Amino acid sequence: MTAVTIELNGVKISDNVEPRQTLADFVRDRCGLTATHLGCEHGACGACTVVLDGMATRSCLQLAAMCDGRSVFTLEGLRTDPTMEVLRRHFHENHALQCGFCTPGMLVMARDILQRLSCPDDRTVRHELSGQICRCTGYANIVKAIVAAGRELSGGTEDARPHTDGNETAPLPA
Amino acid sequence: MKAAPFEYARPKTVAEASVLLGRKGVNTAAIAGGQSLLPMLGLRVALIDLLVDISRLEDLKVVTRTPDSVWLGALTTHAAIEDGRTPDLFNGLMRHVAGQISYRAVRNHGTIGGSVALADPAADWPCCLLALNASVRVVGRNGVRVESIADFITGQYETTLAAGDIVMGFDIPAPASALRWGFAKVARKSGAFAHSIAIATTQSRNSRPTVVLGAAGPRARKLDATAGMIGLGETSEESLRAAIAADLETHFADQDAYQKRMHAATILRAVREMQAR
Repeated sequence: MTAVTIELNGVKISDNVEPRQTLADFVRDRCGLTATHLGCEHGACGACTVVLDGMATRSCLQLAAMCDGRSVFTLEGLRTDPTMEVLRRHFHENHALQCGFCTPGMLVMARDILQRLSCPDDRTVRHELSGQICRCTGYANIVKAIVAAGRELSGGTEDARPHTDGNETAPLPA
Repeated sequence: MKAAPFEYARPKTVAEASVLLGRKGVNTAAIAGGQSLLPMLGLRVALIDLLVDISRLEDLKVVTRTPDSVWLGALTTHAAIEDGRTPDLFNGLMRHVAGQISYRAVRNHGTIGGSVALADPAADWPCCLLALNASVRVVGRNGVRVESIADFITGQYETTLAAGDIVMGFDIPAPASALRWGFAKVARKSGAFAHSIAIATTQSRNSRPTVVLGAAGPRARKLDATAGMIGLGETSEESLRAAIAADLETHFADQDAYQKRMHAATILRAVREMQAR
């Protein structure tokens, strides 16, 4: 067992963890915070996204032991976050969820996108969100909600950052 | 998807980490960002007794710029490069490559040292560093050694790393003038591992170009026939396709007809993008 102290949603938690325990299992099983969902548990789906030292992070790809001394925010800890309040409203108004399983990861990632890029357009949001999987395939409304939240937060103009997705170039020559 | 049990150590120095990683009769692995290793442990395709956490070693985080090169410590994350938090001597090539690796949440933790040490055939950094003629510095029980990327990566997931060796970082020579480059990759889904990666660079007006193809075989290779053809000023699609076909035959002969068409397409895209820059 390895001793860790992790600041989780602003509260320091000290415990002994098995070295193989992921951060995701730590917050869900040890701390009872179940907003963080586990889909694939190998970094493909994004449902378990949390904020680690200010960075969007897949909590299934972090060991609790490696988070010793670091700060973690799960969706529960972002309840009163100003960006999250706006996002939550636009997710509601745009009906940006169906079954809701991917929603915690979508919200945490959406907040990260809006903090890095002011007022991203539809195309940019789709690229930035490509690591989050919604198996209801409800992407259209999720993208709509994030774009709308970005507009509200920045008060208007769309970000002109060039889009860089290698898959969206011209079709292959023969 | 839970890893099998292992022990965990977080050494305070590179020397200490090297000793732990070199322990005889113990299956060890170094972890930096863990964005590849943790899925491999979870899927149990990697089985270890001891995980050595090198993610907090300050000696591996050094980033410096000298007049003729840039040094990127092994723990430099993809996101740091993407955001321009490291010196960009390459006219945006490294930032562009970084921004297309996996997804942001992975780029926040995945490191350039981890990517090269794992030597996945479809990874971006081995291709990019090969195209930039970078060298890697490795520290181990026999001291420090410096190798070119071409010598360091010997095959699929294979490098010259021996027990106790740790990648310190990369020395990347600065181009003589603004680097001209082109980058193209094909992946079924954005962020997924690529099926073809091509990078073309020219260091200065008079120098010979470099063309690299990755994700096509056990390791990325330089395409000398294609680079030579461009260097001669020959730019017709027909001659370039002939040179590309010759290079594919030399290095990637076992690729099927579809794969060869796809590689030819990414190489041509990269070359055209470089020429237009």
